[in-house]
Amino acid sequence: MIKIENLHKSYKMGSNSLHVLKGINFKAEAGELVAIMGSSGSGKSTFLNILGMLDEADEGTYTLDEVKIEKLDETKAAEYRNKFLGFIFQSFNLINYKSAVENVALPLYYQRVPRKERLQKALSYLERVGLKPWANHLPSELSGGQKQRVAIARAMAAEPKVLLADEPTGALDSQTSYEVMDLIQKINDEGNTILVVTHENEIAHMCKRVVYLKDGVIVEDKKVEQVRASQYVK
Amino acid sequence: MLSRDTWKEIFDTIRKNKLRTFLTGFTMAIGILIVVILVGFTNGLQNTFQEFFGDDSTNTFFIFPGRTSMPYKGYKSQRRIELDNSDLEDLSNNFALFIDYITPRISRSSNVSYKNESNNYTNRGVAPSHRINEKTIMMKGRYINELDIKQKTKNAVIGRLVEIDLFNGEDALGKFISLGNSIFKVVGVYQDDGGDNEERIIYIPYTTRQRIEKGNDKLNEIIIGFKPSIGYAGALTLEKNVTKFLKEKKFIAREDRSGIFVRNLAEELKQTQQLATVLGLIALFFAVGTIIAGIIGVSNIMIFVVKERTKEIGIRKALGATPKMVISTILIEAITITALSGFSGMLLGISILQNLGEQLEDYFIKNPYIDLGFAISATVVLIVFGTIAGYVPAKRAARIKPIVALRDE
Repeated sequence: MIKIENLHKSYKMGSNSLHVLKGINFKAEAGELVAIMGSSGSGKSTFLNILGMLDEADEGTYTLDEVKIEKLDETKAAEYRNKFLGFIFQSFNLINYKSAVENVALPLYYQRVPRKERLQKALSYLERVGLKPWANHLPSELSGGQKQRVAIARAMAAEPKVLLADEPTGALDSQTSYEVMDLIQKINDEGNTILVVTHENEIAHMCKRVVYLKDGVIVEDKKVEQVRASQYVK
Repeated sequence: MLSRDTWKEIFDTIRKNKLRTFLTGFTMAIGILIVVILVGFTNGLQNTFQEFFGDDSTNTFFIFPGRTSMPYKGYKSQRRIELDNSDLEDLSNNFALFIDYITPRISRSSNVSYKNESNNYTNRGVAPSHRINEKTIMMKGRYINELDIKQKTKNAVIGRLVEIDLFNGEDALGKFISLGNSIFKVVGVYQDDGGDNEERIIYIPYTTRQRIEKGNDKLNEIIIGFKPSIGYAGALTLEKNVTKFLKEKKFIAREDRSGIFVRNLAEELKQTQQLATVLGLIALFFAVGTIIAGIIGVSNIMIFVVKERTKEIGIRKALGATPKMVISTILIEAITITALSGFSGMLLGISILQNLGEQLEDYFIKNPYIDLGFAISATVVLIVFGTIAGYVPAKRAARIKPIVALRDE
């Protein structure tokens, strides 16, 4: 599903250049649930941003579902993002003046799905994350965990090939984190490919595979025994 | 691009961001309202000004005869100079290129009566073109015409107030009045913006006046209306040449200042025009100034609005919006708001001006109005600049990598 070869990325900071990613090789098959771990400054967020086409690599190749991702102009990148990727952010990034269902429907708007159909679809995804009764609430009327569940529904609404989650539980208390991870695991059970960036060991071990990044290179890549989050959910 | 769905999305955004919509719309509406009202007021000022100075034509010479003050070519000093019909002809033949019209004026004061009413009125023997000089406005009937001059008819044109004084509400047209010792038929009634005195004058053909006075051909004064196109300098030259011509014809020494008098309104015209130009410039300054202020206001609000939406733009891009889609949605939204509010501000301003009407006449603002074309262009200019002001930051925001826009503050 994902194939990364010899990926390099550096940032210019005035006259200095900061080499963040120093040659990363990575592969992920369909249906995997991968945690990307590392301390801050290890390059894990940069890696995820490049995977998400939110940022561009300086060097290396990136293949996503047999499509070579290269020389992206903004329009092309937007199209690929819409088609291939769903994002889950630490700070949810919901549009605050749109109701839950409208937020979920937004990626479908950019796929030019007719209004009625996309609202219907959005509603069914909200139902899957258990928020159908809150469909017409604004984000400000929802709790942190509910917001993240709306964001997950939104990420899934476009039926992407890969879900990218950047510290999805970073802004949540542990109980809510378990709920969110439980949801992510269930989505993965249905065969979706999910990459989760996290710095919490506990969250990482709820995935099936953990990749450790340190100083811009992958230092460890191992399969782990998945801890089911459902057992912690009250 | 502009499908129904897009519009729905845009109106949805407008509806759900009431404060932003209100701020943008309010700035725009206030801006254009102020432009309309200020321009209207300056136009009103100009109207008042026109009324003060615009009554009589200003492209005019008045030529009066006097007495010589020095002997010349065998003629003694203190000789009385007179103008006659030949001067009229000579002037109009010699200066035809520069003269718009020429008319004599023989002023007398006579007792005028109709039935039992009588009064003393100034009456003037004139040619038809005198009407242009005084800007006389005919209310009914006609002015003195060429036929009257040729046939020396006893036709008279009376002022509005003469009719009121003498006719007690009767229609004066076609009635006969006695003027001095002659009977004249009223062929026209006029009005004049120059005030009451100007509406108490009776005009008769100058040839008739000459016939009454024992068939002489003398003229009190000659009025020349020169072509405005010759300008101020041309008017001064014309004045000099006319004086020189008449002095030669009447054997008056060139240095003699009292044989012929010429009163040239060009000097006054120049001052009037300067004042009008200054007033026009002030009006323009006001208009341009308020439009610029409006542009700044609208631009500020647009920049603010787009800045505020940077994060939203990042989210939309992450969800698959192309930069084009992002920019066009923001711009169409901006144009919709500014156009709607701009035109309502414009209409409000115009209706305020119309309702004011004459109420501000005490403050020298008469009939304030704004040219509709100008008002619309000003509104469009504001919309365009507001759009440009929104476009620049919108484009920049759309180019920012989503990750930068999404970064937590």
